Amino acid sequence: MSDVHEAIARVHREEWARVVATIARRFGDLDVAEDAAAEAFATAVEHWPVHGVPPNPGGWLTTTARNKALDRVRREVRRDAKEEAAQVLSDQLSGPAEPVGAIDDDRLRMLFTCAHPALAMEARVALTLRMVGGLTVAEIAHAFLVQETTMAQRITRAKAKIKAAGIPYRVPDAADLPARVAGVLAVLYLVFNEGYLPTGGHSDPVRADLTGEAVRLTRLARQLLPDDGEVTGLLALMLLIEARRPARVSASGELVTLDQQDRGAWDPALVAEGHRLVRERLASGEAPGRYQVLAAINAVHTDARDVRDTDWSQVVALYDQLVRLDPSPVVVLNRSVALAELDGPQVALAQVDAVGEQLDGYHAFHVARADLLRRLGRSADARASYDRAIALAGNSAEAAYLTRRRDELGR
Amino acid sequence: MHYLLSVIDDSVNPGPADEPGAVEAFNDQLKKDGYWVFAGGLERLEASTVVDARSGETTITDGPFAETKEFLAGFWVIEAPDLDVALRLAEGGSKACHRKIEVRPFDGLA
Repeated sequence: MSDVHEAIARVHREEWARVVATIARRFGDLDVAEDAAAEAFATAVEHWPVHGVPPNPGGWLTTTARNKALDRVRREVRRDAKEEAAQVLSDQLSGPAEPVGAIDDDRLRMLFTCAHPALAMEARVALTLRMVGGLTVAEIAHAFLVQETTMAQRITRAKAKIKAAGIPYRVPDAADLPARVAGVLAVLYLVFNEGYLPTGGHSDPVRADLTGEAVRLTRLARQLLPDDGEVTGLLALMLLIEARRPARVSASGELVTLDQQDRGAWDPALVAEGHRLVRERLASGEAPGRYQVLAAINAVHTDARDVRDTDWSQVVALYDQLVRLDPSPVVVLNRSVALAELDGPQVALAQVDAVGEQLDGYHAFHVARADLLRRLGRSADARASYDRAIALAGNSAEAAYLTRRRDELGR
Repeated sequence: MHYLLSVIDDSVNPGPADEPGAVEAFNDQLKKDGYWVFAGGLERLEASTVVDARSGETTITDGPFAETKEFLAGFWVIEAPDLDVALRLAEGGSKACHRKIEVRPFDGLA
């Protein structure tokens, strides 16, 4: 790839969200903004190799996108209104841009609009990846295993609802803010998890493109909301999970569980950054939310050079804290897995079975149960649980790992 | 923008009845804050009649148009700057009348 094309790719990563978000505020229309930004980048691909990369690429792109948007709006207004009205409108829109402070970043408005609770979760994810992440519709469709036309329709419908229902393009009021930030983080975490444990029989056991994108967008969210502890917590959580990605799948394509991983293969820079963020949150003295507690749990795991050095009492204490914040059956299940290391598999199995009714359709429940039964020497019961887990597992590497564990069981 | 806040009655899981005065207090606040356009509560579902003149011949049927577990029990028409404001008002309305509320923008008002 030539230097210019590398520059364009880098500028796309760095400036896409800003260009779309600025045009969206100016024109009050996500559709216009998306098209104008895409056209501006297409123009850059033609011009920059010939004329060179401009000194301020972001500014060049924003101006180009604004002119493209103006052309489109003028065309549309002329089609169904008087020339005079068109002139007034374009005079309004082409005036100088007002300066914006850091807190008033348009990208923050865009994050909140894309993750609005009035949109379906799958639409929030798609819209965030398109409008803030700058992924193409084809890339998003590939990531979620749907046809490109289906994904295009999903995004078009979401934009149409935003317009028709009057979903605002602004940072929510203080009263709504915590719930709405939580909504943005839920979208980012879902993207990350879909990358970390892809479902639906995807050929890749880990999708580094999706985990990487989720980390990048969460970094952006932290930059825009530096005072929100949960944003920092989610970033730390992602970094500490992402750090272990190189050790997560074996050469034969099998999932490698945390206790079996080659800890030397973990990414030390990501571990260090995650630990630094967790310490930063601890030092704040504020009561942590669930992402911060989850990050702390992962910090304990990544702190141990050897799995035998893991401070399990600390892990269980953190899960106790998490259960108080979120007493859902899944959290109780995860706590039980840690409890097995402290109090043994028999105690843990009783806790796991207590949430069995609610989690019967959840593969991780059967994974945990199978492992505990195996450790208790109850091979026949373990086999039945592995069978259920394999049937419910959506990830190919995980199914391969579980199949081997089942087949290794004694009689 | 104008929004229709539909009060949805759920006959399977109706919830507690209105607190006396809660809806009136909510209405007064809507008027005071300038969101109020119009509102009304509807009679029981058994009081409805369906008229169909589409085929040129008019038929009149007793009862609602479909057997349904959920039905419209009343509504507010409000004017709000955006959906976030409308959703917050719907939250207040839901608390006042102990029913769920569907929020839908008008395409236009005559």
